[in-house]
Amino acid sequence: MLEIRGLRVDYGLGDQAVRAVHDVDLTLHRGEVLGLAGESGSGKSTLAYGLTRLLPPPGVVAGGQVLHHRTDGPPVDVLALTPAQLRAYRWAETSIVFQGAMNSLNPVHKVSTQLHDVIRAHEPDSTRAGRRARARDLLRLVGISADRLDSYPHQLSGGMRQRVMIAMALALEPQVVIMDEPTTALDVVMQRQILGQLAELRRKLGFAVLFITHDLSLLVEFSDRIAIMYGGRIVEEAPAAQLYGRALHPYTDGLLHSFPALHGPRRELTGIPGSPPDLRAMPTGCAFHPRCPRAFAPCAGELPPLGPPADDDPRRAVACWLHPAGATAPGRPIPTAEPTDHP
Amino acid sequence: MTLSESGAAPAGEVVLEAVGLTKHFPVRGRLRDLFSRTPAVVHAVDDVSFALRRGRVTALVGESGSGKSTVARLLAQLHPRTAGDIRLHGTSTRVRGGRRFRSYVRRVQLILQDPFASLNPVHTVRYHLTRPLRIHGTAGRGAEELERALADLLTRVSLTPPERYLDAFPHELSGGQRQRVAIARALGADPEVLLADEPVSMLDVSIRLGVLNLLQDLKDRLDLAILYITHDIASARYFADETIVMYAGRMVEGGDSETVTQNPAHPYTRLLTDSAPDPERITGALSGADAARADRGGGEPPSLISPPAGCRFHPRCPHAMRRCVADAPPRLTVGDRPGHWTACWLYDPATVAADPPGSAAPDADPTVPPPPAFAGRADTGPREEAR
Repeated sequence: MLEIRGLRVDYGLGDQAVRAVHDVDLTLHRGEVLGLAGESGSGKSTLAYGLTRLLPPPGVVAGGQVLHHRTDGPPVDVLALTPAQLRAYRWAETSIVFQGAMNSLNPVHKVSTQLHDVIRAHEPDSTRAGRRARARDLLRLVGISADRLDSYPHQLSGGMRQRVMIAMALALEPQVVIMDEPTTALDVVMQRQILGQLAELRRKLGFAVLFITHDLSLLVEFSDRIAIMYGGRIVEEAPAAQLYGRALHPYTDGLLHSFPALHGPRRELTGIPGSPPDLRAMPTGCAFHPRCPRAFAPCAGELPPLGPPADDDPRRAVACWLHPAGATAPGRPIPTAEPTDHP
Repeated sequence: MTLSESGAAPAGEVVLEAVGLTKHFPVRGRLRDLFSRTPAVVHAVDDVSFALRRGRVTALVGESGSGKSTVARLLAQLHPRTAGDIRLHGTSTRVRGGRRFRSYVRRVQLILQDPFASLNPVHTVRYHLTRPLRIHGTAGRGAEELERALADLLTRVSLTPPERYLDAFPHELSGGQRQRVAIARALGADPEVLLADEPVSMLDVSIRLGVLNLLQDLKDRLDLAILYITHDIASARYFADETIVMYAGRMVEGGDSETVTQNPAHPYTRLLTDSAPDPERITGALSGADAARADRGGGEPPSLISPPAGCRFHPRCPHAMRRCVADAPPRLTVGDRPGHWTACWLYDPATVAADPPGSAAPDADPTVPPPPAFAGRADTGPREEAR
């Protein structure tokens, strides 16, 4: 559906540039929920803005391709679209629900006006009555009664505003919806309602979701596949259940042992020592090695490639010298106590 | 500087106590309100009572708007209370600025949610930490002692070596380090009580644990009483000895953390624990059935300007009875563990006998299993079995 190839994003130009996203390859399949997790500063939001070309200056896409595979016709490279093509592409094929979306509604316009604007911009031939009916349907879709159409954003609660944003993202029936921390500002009860609704809408409408959050516990439950970002690179990618059951990368393992579980037996929490890396002075080799409890000789020297590990399911990928890639593995000394069984 | 003289006081002694604490904020009225007798108010906190004990962490859990932060501000005496009492070591206190406020905050310190906003960007860490030491007279005499006190504070929050952080500006620190400076600043007064208002919710998941462990460690070493305010009930399970759940300005349930999180009694607490993300419920769990269940507990917290009569949760409660609409429930013991109480009529046998639960529910659903309260409450096992 959406294929990201070697995407690189810099902040700034020339010698001063700071690379926030390094050569990311990521594929979003039709109708799936792909979770993207990482700490703040890991580049997950930058990646999302980069692939929609919404990066605010001084952000620059330095290289790579974002291929959008359509059901009809050849794939398009989003990064090569002309401004007019881009305007038509955005929202109609890929829409975004922003972080703190409840504040991205315009406070001086009614909800109906803002929904109508979206539809009118992309379907200039639509009639006023048609747009109104459409807006009504959209609100009903996300569980808001249609008489709220003429409310101003401040008259709605945070959860309702968020749902209006989701309705707006679905207005043109896009194939891909990117959600950047869509529920971070909401309470758990509201969060579950909205995610439940989203899961149902996805079943009904069949769009794919790129779900970005730092809350890994939420992702494990909600997404099909999860990719973990650290220091601007993807360090692990696996089906959600596998990732939760057996994390290969020590960073993923640390993340999984950072949040307390409400249900089930009490687990020991270990957390991750240290703090996220400074993008201006990235460590050599694996960016995680200064914080890694299991770092060994090659970690500081050489960057581990992302690939399917030799000792595990080929459907997953990891960038860690503890789990070198199958065929392409260089002859690295493997530590004597190869820890394959994680707690 | 000296640590709290904890040796004299027995552990578990009540340090700070809220009794029937109530706060109503006036609403700016319209013209016609001038002529009405009762001015409109927001019932932010109503009748909240609990005690903070030495060397214990008490968690206050609730959605935003449930009044939990207002409780912290009332206890810090930043807002005057409408009714009720705050007792420090058994003595009623009401301070409004001046010297008495200063001596109160020396013993009760507040940590705020957002370390990005609570530190002044134009001042260094040294300035932020010197001020409480000077104000509360814990700086010692002379530059040398001050320097030692500063280093001591930073070491205590694990910002070592101290010289590296003393002259840093807030923007040079990460979120976790900033929150540690905020904690060090609170410790500068050498307090007995820390009121932590969502101390980790602005931090990254991987950093949170470190800050929570730091608070736990400080509690043990300095014998602090900590009020931990959070919306994340799972972290209350791990971090707090006792958990209190608030809904719409009232306390609905309380008890030791493991009991409240594993055997929640109040329907609202159950909604809260069911809503928390649960990785064990791997993908696909958000299916139709689950969505339907989420919808049942749906709706939103009520307006606090005109809160519902009776139990404030009744418009959303699947087990609401006629009595819930009329009378506010008192604290009733649940009976599974000592100290576990809830404000819910389901735990009053006489009320349940007179009126089937769910009779006044918004959308009565016969398939809802009855709560453990009247399905034989003595044998309520772990929640996994109940599912």
